[in-house]
Amino acid sequence: MKKLISIVVVVALGFTFMSATIKIKGSDTLLPLAQKWAEYFMKLNSGSSVTVTGGGSGVGIAALIDGTTDIATASRKIKMDERLKLQEAGRAYKEVAVAQDALSVVVNPLNGVSKLTREQLEAIFTGKYTNWNQVGGADMKIVAYSRESSSGTFEFFKEKVLNKKNFASTCLMMPATGAIIQSVSQTKGAIGYVGMAYVNKTVKALSVSFDQGKNFVAPSMQTAVAKTYPIIRPLYFYYLTTVEAKVKPFVNFALSADGQKIVSAVGYVPLAK
Amino acid sequence: MQRRKVRIFFEKVIETVLGTSSALTSLAVILITVFLFSEGISLFGERPIEKNFELALNKNNPVNHLTSLQIKNIFDTKITNWKEVGGLNQQIKLFTINDIGQYFSDDEVGAKFENLPKCINDLVTRDTAIIAYLPAKYVSKDFTGKKLDIDKITVGSFLGGKEWFPTAEPVAQIGILPLIMGTLWVCFGAILLALPLGLATSIYMAEIANQRIRNIIKPIIELLAGIPSVVYGFFGLVIIVPLLQRTFDLPVGETGLAGSIILAIMVLPTIITIAEDAIRTTPNAMREASLALGATQWQTIRRVVLPHSILGITAAVVLGIGRAFGETMAVLMVTGNAAVMPGSILEPMRTITATIAAELGETSQGGLHYKSLFALGCVLFIITLITNMSVEWATRRRKLA
Repeated sequence: MKKLISIVVVVALGFTFMSATIKIKGSDTLLPLAQKWAEYFMKLNSGSSVTVTGGGSGVGIAALIDGTTDIATASRKIKMDERLKLQEAGRAYKEVAVAQDALSVVVNPLNGVSKLTREQLEAIFTGKYTNWNQVGGADMKIVAYSRESSSGTFEFFKEKVLNKKNFASTCLMMPATGAIIQSVSQTKGAIGYVGMAYVNKTVKALSVSFDQGKNFVAPSMQTAVAKTYPIIRPLYFYYLTTVEAKVKPFVNFALSADGQKIVSAVGYVPLAK
Repeated sequence: MQRRKVRIFFEKVIETVLGTSSALTSLAVILITVFLFSEGISLFGERPIEKNFELALNKNNPVNHLTSLQIKNIFDTKITNWKEVGGLNQQIKLFTINDIGQYFSDDEVGAKFENLPKCINDLVTRDTAIIAYLPAKYVSKDFTGKKLDIDKITVGSFLGGKEWFPTAEPVAQIGILPLIMGTLWVCFGAILLALPLGLATSIYMAEIANQRIRNIIKPIIELLAGIPSVVYGFFGLVIIVPLLQRTFDLPVGETGLAGSIILAIMVLPTIITIAEDAIRTTPNAMREASLALGATQWQTIRRVVLPHSILGITAAVVLGIGRAFGETMAVLMVTGNAAVMPGSILEPMRTITATIAAELGETSQGGLHYKSLFALGCVLFIITLITNMSVEWATRRRKLA
């Protein structure tokens, strides 16, 4: 009997060591999604092991450059200087878009304005427009809410909507998405931006236009998947070609129909088929 | 005899333990201070541009120097013509390394970026209106453009600067005046609200209330001290912010006043408990003497009890102020955190503590942003130190008088 137990233990140990752990590190935006994927992946492939840690997109790519992670997750495209560093380290990498994240611009439900162009949004958040009557609304002061500068959502909005210009210093910086929803719902002249999954009945999501007002698109799962909604960013996996064999099953699982179902369950936008 | 020796030995041991404990405590305080200042002070003399990056102009551009605020406004396209900063009448053209694809094909740059320095050199030499933001190592040795001098961060620009954009590219704006003003406004508002209320409550509890009422009030106030600050913050965001918005008909309810009110509630237990204890230390003989001379109860409180316990009451106020300066979470949630110079208490403000808490997590260690947050910590330290010392000085004078 004792012998049997020891054999079982040895075999079990052997299995754990044989199937090496896949290490995933990076974006905090992708963290809940990657964790869910890892959970299901390990359930499907018994004996496999996936560890997921956050820290930010920059942290993930830095780890990829140092070789301390197998997959770097990123909520933005790899930057030029990071590519240069990988190049210097003599590492070739692959980039895979695994999901998408859409941001909704929200205002108070009592606000008459229901659509804005990118140019108008830029003018509002950089402080050029200060009254809603400048964009066709009532005579009411605009109160712009933003996330803290440490958040990836902040960076994305700055890059995509503000054309890399800085937010006005009069913007109110909120520590969390929930706080933005709360403030926008109780402030008449408020405008803010949140992940699409967070929008609820207490705020109104705006239609936006990125072609000088020709087409306005409302944020929804359909428009996001069809890519007609403009404020959307792909979320990426980066891995080195040297570990491709090891990480490929996990990447394939994330891209599979089941994997993409998890994407919408977590509140992000699945890739278009 | 033997027993006595053992006892002496034990006392020696206890003495050593007590001595070591106080030494450790002081050591910890000194270590923290040294760490804080060594990280913070290294900010000064740094260039507020990303390490190993340069700003370059065409060599025929008459502009030789730009302030960091001008550079930010140029990259924000608030300044669009060189004329506005003393140059020629020319539209400013921005260039960062990520724009290289618009000017050169991948083949021209080379698969390993080997031609990148040459391409950049060509571009800067060709275009007279360009301002280029580049990694220093892609500036070739025989670079024919003009590298721009960037003002280093000084104590003056740090304390007196009115722009707080520590993550702005290419040049970070590190001016903390709005943050200092925000902290002072919110704290003094809080003390102004909490002091009369706290003092009145402590006098009532120590001198007037009977035992039964005291037994009810005291635990309630102590409970106030036990509520986590996040709960206060949430309460403020959901109840006080909309209330202020409606009462004063403001465009936005997240204001300095909301922070002051929440802070006032939070420092009340500190002020009340310590002030009450101080008032209670007045010897009964003094009270009785005053009453025996025909003074009323209120006269006794005002002329005998309060003057006697003034030192303790001052200590209560100082500890209250200290708590208010250091409180982070509740303030972070209700003051709106806009880094602008406050014009009135009914505007959004950003405090020093909220800034450190919200930003430190994402900075790279040892970077410019990281150091500037530590320097902010030093400023906070100095503010509290000055408060404490001024009160000590005041009480000492009173003692001598």
